[in-house]
Amino acid sequence: MDPECSQLLPALCSVLADPRQPVADDTCLEKLLDWFKTITEAGSSLLLLQENPCLLGLLCHVLKPQDLSPRVLAFSLRLAGMLAAQEDCFQYLQQGELLPRLFGEAGPLGGAAWTAPSVRSGWIQGLRSLARHPSALCFLADCGAVDTIFSLQGDSSLFVASAAGQLLVHILGLSLQGAAEGHPGLQTGDWPVCAQKIVSHIEESLRSAATPQITQALNVLTTTFGHCHNPWTQVLWVRLSPLVACLLEKDPVPAAHSLVDLLLSVARSSVLSSSSCGLWETLAQTLSHLSPTQAGPLALGILKLQECPQALRAQAFAVLLQPLTCVLEATAQAPGLLDSLDGTGGASVTVDTLLPSKAACVGLLCRTLAHLELLQPLPQRPSPWPQAPLLGATVTILRLCSGLATPTSDAGGHLCAFLVGCVRVQRAALDFLGTLSQGTGPRELVTRVFAVLLEYLTSPDSSPTVLKKAFQATFRWLQSSPETPGCSDLDPHAQLFLRELLPVLPKRLCSPCWEVRDSGLEFLTQMIGHWGGQAGFRRALLASEVPELTEQLLRDPESYVRASAVAAMGQLSSQGLRVTPASPEHPGGRQKSLLAELLRILSTDSEGFPRRAVMHVFTQWLRDGHADVAGDTERFVARVLQVASQDLDWEVRAQGLELALVFLEQTLGRPSSHCPYAVTPPVAAPPSPLAQALRPLCRVQLFEFAFRALFDCDRPVAQKSCDLLLFLRAQTASYSGPQGSGSVPEVASVEAALQRWQAGDQGQPLGYLEPEVVVAVLRSMDLEGLRGVLAESSDRVEKSPQSLLQDMLATVGALGEDEADCY
Amino acid sequence: MLDCGLDMTSTLNFLPLPLVQSPRLSNLPGWSLKDGNAFLDKELKECSGHVFVDSVPEFCLPETELIDLSTVDVILISNYHCMMALPYITEHTGFTGTVYATEPTVQIGRLLMEELVNFIERVPKAQSASLWKNKDIQRLLPSPLKDAVEVSTWRRCYTMQEVNSALSKIQLVGYSQKIELFGAVQVTPLSSGYALGSSNWIIQSHYEKVSYVSGSSLLTTHPQPMDQASLKNSDVLVLTGLTQIPTANPDGMVGEFCSNLALTVRNGGNVLVPCYPSGVIYDLLECLYQYIDSAGLSNIPFYFISPVANSSLEFSQIFAEWLCHNKQTKVYLPEPPFPHAELIQTNKLKHYPSLHGDFSSDFRQPCVVFTGHPSLRFGDVVHFMELWGKSSLNTVIFTEPDFSYLEALAPYQPLAMKCIYCPIDTRLNFIQVSKLLKEVQPLHVVCPEQYTQPPPAQSHRMDLMIDCQPPAMSYRRAEVLALPFKRRYEKIEIMPELADSLVPMEIKPGISLATVSAVLHTKDNKHVLQPPPRPTQPTGGKKRKRASDDIPDCKVLKPLLSGSIPVEQFVQALEKHGFSDIKVEDTAKGHIVLLQEAETLIQIEEDSTHIICDNDEMLRVRLRDLVLKFLQKF
Repeated sequence: MDPECSQLLPALCSVLADPRQPVADDTCLEKLLDWFKTITEAGSSLLLLQENPCLLGLLCHVLKPQDLSPRVLAFSLRLAGMLAAQEDCFQYLQQGELLPRLFGEAGPLGGAAWTAPSVRSGWIQGLRSLARHPSALCFLADCGAVDTIFSLQGDSSLFVASAAGQLLVHILGLSLQGAAEGHPGLQTGDWPVCAQKIVSHIEESLRSAATPQITQALNVLTTTFGHCHNPWTQVLWVRLSPLVACLLEKDPVPAAHSLVDLLLSVARSSVLSSSSCGLWETLAQTLSHLSPTQAGPLALGILKLQECPQALRAQAFAVLLQPLTCVLEATAQAPGLLDSLDGTGGASVTVDTLLPSKAACVGLLCRTLAHLELLQPLPQRPSPWPQAPLLGATVTILRLCSGLATPTSDAGGHLCAFLVGCVRVQRAALDFLGTLSQGTGPRELVTRVFAVLLEYLTSPDSSPTVLKKAFQATFRWLQSSPETPGCSDLDPHAQLFLRELLPVLPKRLCSPCWEVRDSGLEFLTQMIGHWGGQAGFRRALLASEVPELTEQLLRDPESYVRASAVAAMGQLSSQGLRVTPASPEHPGGRQKSLLAELLRILSTDSEGFPRRAVMHVFTQWLRDGHADVAGDTERFVARVLQVASQDLDWEVRAQGLELALVFLEQTLGRPSSHCPYAVTPPVAAPPSPLAQALRPLCRVQLFEFAFRALFDCDRPVAQKSCDLLLFLRAQTASYSGPQGSGSVPEVASVEAALQRWQAGDQGQPLGYLEPEVVVAVLRSMDLEGLRGVLAESSDRVEKSPQSLLQDMLATVGALGEDEADCY
Repeated sequence: MLDCGLDMTSTLNFLPLPLVQSPRLSNLPGWSLKDGNAFLDKELKECSGHVFVDSVPEFCLPETELIDLSTVDVILISNYHCMMALPYITEHTGFTGTVYATEPTVQIGRLLMEELVNFIERVPKAQSASLWKNKDIQRLLPSPLKDAVEVSTWRRCYTMQEVNSALSKIQLVGYSQKIELFGAVQVTPLSSGYALGSSNWIIQSHYEKVSYVSGSSLLTTHPQPMDQASLKNSDVLVLTGLTQIPTANPDGMVGEFCSNLALTVRNGGNVLVPCYPSGVIYDLLECLYQYIDSAGLSNIPFYFISPVANSSLEFSQIFAEWLCHNKQTKVYLPEPPFPHAELIQTNKLKHYPSLHGDFSSDFRQPCVVFTGHPSLRFGDVVHFMELWGKSSLNTVIFTEPDFSYLEALAPYQPLAMKCIYCPIDTRLNFIQVSKLLKEVQPLHVVCPEQYTQPPPAQSHRMDLMIDCQPPAMSYRRAEVLALPFKRRYEKIEIMPELADSLVPMEIKPGISLATVSAVLHTKDNKHVLQPPPRPTQPTGGKKRKRASDDIPDCKVLKPLLSGSIPVEQFVQALEKHGFSDIKVEDTAKGHIVLLQEAETLIQIEEDSTHIICDNDEMLRVRLRDLVLKFLQKF
């Protein structure tokens, strides 16, 4: 510990011990504990106590009957536990009987302070830290802590209850660490007393008729099997699994969610799943006993297991698919689909489960779709994957939601009434439909997919979020549609779809709802990015009103829409799809350059998003050699950097550096590496005209921009600039220009200006710099040092323990500085 | 009578009334029968396969045959759309009753009627077709003329004079105001949230409550929100005026409206919105107010053409107390509650009484025109349909749900302009109805038959019908329905002096009884207990009075008895009084006490006691007195 901190600690301890000086902020105590944790982890706790007797004083002091705040008491308990984690310190504290007084019946446990959840939590966390060595186990047994922990499992505070459960798991693991490790065959009857006590308690809870107790026991077991993979867990499971199986015989199955968690935790445990201990049978039994709502997560968990019997997987998949089977059945789809989806014939059960209420029906369908969506991309997903029936069911659900499907049974009619206009199900189904685009499907079904997507994109009733999902799913399906052999154009069906879709898009771009305009533009940008070069798409797009409307949205009142319009226009222009105002179809159109319009947005838009979008577009244009830029690149870069340097949004300035880097790479004639900031020594000396090459950079005032950014008040900008300058310096490392050509006084004046900039006075511009001066300045600067400083977080000073102690003392006025003011 | 709406769909069978001579319409060929008989060709014209009556449009009146409308005492009006037939009833049926409606309903109703009269009267048509109405001839006509019902009762539009006379019979009421109707029932209008001044009505007696819910909305638009709480505890809830387009969500439709409008105008086309001069147009203008800048339409002129356009826009701003809370608070700022004031100020919205006059000089294209009538059969809209119908750049957007847009467009075919159907009906949909019914929990729901089954075109849509428990009672046209409640009780008032004279006696803790002798006075369905007139002292003369002078017979009444007889104690009492050989038998209803010696039977039941003895009156009286000892008298 620093001597400065050691000096401050006694004062702090007395402040903490003083009930008249309440500690206002919990986070200070947390930080203090963090600090003690680092100290105790790095060195001896005993030494810490001996060197700082005030700590022991504090621990003794809190035991006195007084009106101490619960948070200080909780802090002391946690500190004591942390110190006692080392056995020698534990013994030291035991000598003074301090630990039994803190954690035993005589301590806060019996007092009024125990009513505060923070004290109970502190007590548990203290014991959790303390329980690290065999002596601690004896201590726990002697002071009767385990019984208290049992009762705290049902605590009114969820945090306390959960911590109590975890502590039990920890104690069980600790007590078995030595005893059972060497003897994997050791039966529970031979386990240490403490472990036996916990196991008996769990057994008793599992036999209980009260669901909360069963839940507690199941949660403890779930954590145990989740964290410990020692052989003794297998012994434990063998002993307890009959009791767990008994739960399945009750109707309804109590604590079903916790039971599912436990079984999955056991199944994931490498020790247990590999051995035959009836686990798979229990899982199969559970699947068939639980309701579809409860069984869904279990089925998903089983299907996600790496190794699992095929029959169980099939059963789990059938359970997962039941709701969709029910949907298909209710709408009388082709029986072939039903067969492949439903292997169990349990669909009739699900109809009842699906239909009792709208909430149950919607919830179950949403969960099922979400589970299947998670399952779809996994390598261990069931094979064969029933792509076609799943597509059929999802399309049917979407059609039911929009009132298009015609159910043929009463159940179908009810289903339709529940689902019509249900946004939750629509969103879930569209998400899943998008995921299903990864697979193929029969042509007829794919046509149905596109038809339902078009219906959603067209319908005025589609909510903005549903529409966004419909756009996303559409893009994914278009992406996955096979390309025409021989050329990379869309296949004829997708082309046909596109022809129907493009008239819808203008309407969406004119929607009064900005979210809709925004998702329309995002979709458009994606589409152009993907198919902008393909003739069929280009023709269809140019024939529509979309490009013109997109340009109009550059002046949308909503900033997000403007930003999306900027991105879309950038793409349109890059692909040569912008309707040129001078074209014969638009003879009266105003001649206006997009570059000028984007520059206007960059310099005048009041919101950051459109300006950031413009910078992205400009960077991309520069990278791609866009025609508007290529004409006079230097002028373009100079103008953009000038505007960006004055922007109040740090992301715009950072993006300016990105653009500068692209320009720099292009100017120096180096292809950009995968890691543009990697400082690598040049392989060969650059050609002598490096100074010549640097001149354009000087002309566009790139250095002025970069140096300004180097001292930017926003750290990411400064870091980026630092990296850029380091990169540049590496590029010019071998430059051996005529010595002295950058006159010393000029370099000195630039350095002086930079120092002023660093001090916060950025008023004076640097003006035009000669390449030689730039190189000289770059070499003289301690850029590595600066990078080191920038890499540290900005609150490094405030985070020091000394600062923490000072702050805590200052808040209670114990530093004595302001004493005079008190009078 | 609940509401007094006018079925204007009958006008769809007629040719439009153009404001200026339309060569196209006047040159339509006459219709002839299949056999070539052309005797109807003056009355019926054919246009694109449809047959129309070439005459002044006529309207279908409310049912007049079922009851004698002159016997109707009161008409309750729900909203301004539901009073359009009022002049026909009040002026031509001998009606002498009173009509109740709120002030905005009357004022805006007047505007709607004024507009209607104006539209029809300003293009007088000499020809009046009646031949086709002959039942034998009608049978020969093509659909839909062939299937039109009760065409003989169809009438021409009323006159302004009749409108004024009808409106003078209206008594203005405010929300929650209680109006006594002949002492029999009390009626109260409640806000229904659909339009300015629109009401639901509660009709209640002291012990029964009937709610009439018609044209209500739970959406947040301009009117005061719907008062649901007051509808609770209804015995019967009569439900009508639900949305006509349950599948069209108004929000989505407004979005559609705006998008299509913007697309058309951007392409240089004009937009025509056939509409009523009040109602949804206020919300549309408010939407457009927020939308036009974002859509880059700031320079596009919006025209509102109606003989009552000015009054409608101004009226809307002055009915502050009838508006939703947000708009009400604006009035105190003070700001106009509706933003169309600003649109007018900034010249973005201009209004004109007709397309003659100022409009023709201001008219600039592309533009958006709001004008009537939504049936497209009369009003300035006819002119714009003729003017813009030929260009595919233009769009007509239907927002009013009352008329089938395809039928409305039929006489304009072939049509090049785009037609968009965005019906905006803010009235309750079936989901909202089911929430409402769960909330107010009426004992019975009565509604038109159409609401109890899915629409015929979407028979699988079980969500498009009323689903309540017990199932709703439905009615169809001209069906007489007995409402499912019986009037069991009447409230009777008691005069204070009579109440003073009562001496209640507590027979059970918390329950006191008193006998009352009084005269029940009933007048105007109110019942009052008054003290009986004092009996005149007998004059002593033996002269017999005339029957008409008789006062009510006020002979001394026997006291009333209450309580029950404890059998064991009763037996003990009998024994005490010398009866022996007593036997008690339990029966289903009570007990039988058998005095074997005296050959007497005492039947004691819950509400009666019989002493059966054989002609021994002395014994009976003794036993009676013993029984009476156990009972309370008052």
